[in-house]
Amino acid sequence: MTNRITLGNIWFDKRGRGYLLQLLVLFCVAIFLAVITSNTIANLQRAGLTSGFGFLGDQAFFDINQRLIDYTSQSSFGRALIVGLLNTVLVSSLGILTATLIGFIAGVLRLSNNWLISRLITSYVEVTRNVPLLLQIIFWWAILTSLPKVRESISIFGVSFINNRGLRAPSPNFEDPFIWVCFAIVVCLLLTLALYVWSGRRQKLTGETFPIPLAGLFLLVITPLVVFYSLGQPINWDIPTRTRFNFRGGFNITPELLALWIALATYTGAFISEIVRAGILSVSTGQSEAALSLGLRKNQTMRLIIIPQALRVIIPPLTSQYLNLTKNSSLAIAIGYQDLVSIGGTILNQSGHALEVVGIWMFVYLSLSLATSAFMNWYNKRISLVER
Amino acid sequence: MKRFSLLIAAMTLISGVASAGTLDDVKKRGALQCGINTGLAGFAYTDDNGKWAGFDVAYCRALASAVLGNPDKVKYVNLTGKNRFPALASGEIDVLSRNTTWTFSRDVKLGFTFVGVSYYDGQGFIGRKKLGVKSAKELDGASICIQTGTTTELNLADFFRVNKIKYEPVPIETNEEARKAYLAERCDVYTTDASGLAATKSTFADADKHMVFPEIISKEPLGPLVRQGDDAWADIARWTLNALINAEEYGVTSGNIDKMLKGTKNPEINRMLGTEGSLGEMLGLQKDWAVKALKAGGNYGEIFDRYLGEKTPLGLSRGLNALWNNGGVLYAPPMR
Repeated sequence: MTNRITLGNIWFDKRGRGYLLQLLVLFCVAIFLAVITSNTIANLQRAGLTSGFGFLGDQAFFDINQRLIDYTSQSSFGRALIVGLLNTVLVSSLGILTATLIGFIAGVLRLSNNWLISRLITSYVEVTRNVPLLLQIIFWWAILTSLPKVRESISIFGVSFINNRGLRAPSPNFEDPFIWVCFAIVVCLLLTLALYVWSGRRQKLTGETFPIPLAGLFLLVITPLVVFYSLGQPINWDIPTRTRFNFRGGFNITPELLALWIALATYTGAFISEIVRAGILSVSTGQSEAALSLGLRKNQTMRLIIIPQALRVIIPPLTSQYLNLTKNSSLAIAIGYQDLVSIGGTILNQSGHALEVVGIWMFVYLSLSLATSAFMNWYNKRISLVER
Repeated sequence: MKRFSLLIAAMTLISGVASAGTLDDVKKRGALQCGINTGLAGFAYTDDNGKWAGFDVAYCRALASAVLGNPDKVKYVNLTGKNRFPALASGEIDVLSRNTTWTFSRDVKLGFTFVGVSYYDGQGFIGRKKLGVKSAKELDGASICIQTGTTTELNLADFFRVNKIKYEPVPIETNEEARKAYLAERCDVYTTDASGLAATKSTFADADKHMVFPEIISKEPLGPLVRQGDDAWADIARWTLNALINAEEYGVTSGNIDKMLKGTKNPEINRMLGTEGSLGEMLGLQKDWAVKALKAGGNYGEIFDRYLGEKTPLGLSRGLNALWNNGGVLYAPPMR
């Protein structure tokens, strides 16, 4: 039986006291927020500064070297911010993909029985995760900018060029018939998927296996290639040509992007490899012994028995590594990669709207992080142990 | 929208205290907080004793001397092109003396008051002689290093758009980083104010292999600035600069100032030095404020010659920065 809380006994009731204290804390937080808000507004007014987001429509008047969407110095501040946001998303997704790859390979290799391999990986992990990321970014940038000068570019088959201004490679121009190649790829993808489902069912029923990798290779690589050639190779390659100062044509990966990418991927990769190692070690040896005694091969044991169980341990800390990587990408500013923070800083400087720009930064990083967590939480739920 | 801005306002730290009495704050603190460059030969650099010196620093010292009577009572705050304005707006510094261009939007929209022009400059380019470029208009397709958050960044975009040529901007935070990137040939040319180019070039080991292009693509009047809204403080900053310029015009130098203090036949000099009239009191300072300012590092001409002039590694001629009666445009209002 619970006692009813009344105004008289609220302080003497354990539950009531809890509510009261929580209310008090909430009240204090509200007061704090109200004070700093009114203070900021008063200070802004005293300094004669305007606030609001109208300035995002003003012309930017500055140029950006890496643009994933159309942008000129005539575009608006808002568009410049989107260019920066896309650059952030680009380097973060590249970093996440590569770091995951590096992390999984390094994590498995570190458990290898080969003395040399496991020690090599150990030294990679210990060196990269114990040196500040900022230094690593600057290190890679220094390495990449001390590559040969433009005039002495390293040529790869005469179509791609590496120099201290990055990597310049041919870019494809798709002609209209190329749509059929895309169509073929989509169809083959669906077919492979159907085949995968069918073979899984058949294996459950009859125990017979089907060479899925071989069929996939045929469907996904050979078929589109056949379509591509039978249409007469509907791609024009824009091959870079040397001009007085630089190369023109093709696409360019700047040393800033490369340095940031490599640094983020190797740094986070080292952390991920430890998470993967922990995950694998968390699966008791009895599991692999049982699998081996059932006649599964070593790689099958890894793929079918150990990894699925290890993933349950790996995913939650992996999520925070992804979040870290995205936020760490803002260190881009140190080497002049034009990400959201870098471009936002320029806008802040030209327009004077410091509060708004800082607010946008916080809002964007918060949204990116929440989106990543939402996806990873969904994935985590999907693979988590089904308890009956 | 309004609620969102409130939220942001709440999340962000309080934007300093835009005080009504900067002079009182400086006096109470016993030190002038002066914003200077992170390092630019001739304008703001550390000398052999590890102390800040240079053309922009000399103004900080003169102002500190005028207000506090001691040119060493300055707390220097090193600022990049990007963070200089927030630093001034938030009250982290009392005055910004960091080769900053006086423009309409900075004066009007950002809420600052420029107190004068200490150096008439213009934007130029530096490149290697082996490029064989004679004019900036030949730079089609070049990679160009620029400092972000500066007027040069905007001028560059305008210049290339108007001339319908393309370039790859390589954005960089500080002059030192730009220097490194340029020397590593990350960019073909580096663009900034012509004075900055001369300063940067003076630090190259192979300076004779580089050339500053003759073209100047913009007007860059550089000068000190203060927060808008404290006119008394702006007056002090403005007239300290004017005193340095007028002193050169009247021939008052750090060498002869003690002799002139005994009285001269020129009432203009006497008023400036406080032996006649009460200009100092009008500013809320001591009678001999200008004397102190001048004793900190001499008059404008002396400062220019010491840090930028033809005898320094920068080797800049007075050019536009000569006095008005000497072929330049330097013209300070009278001390009356």
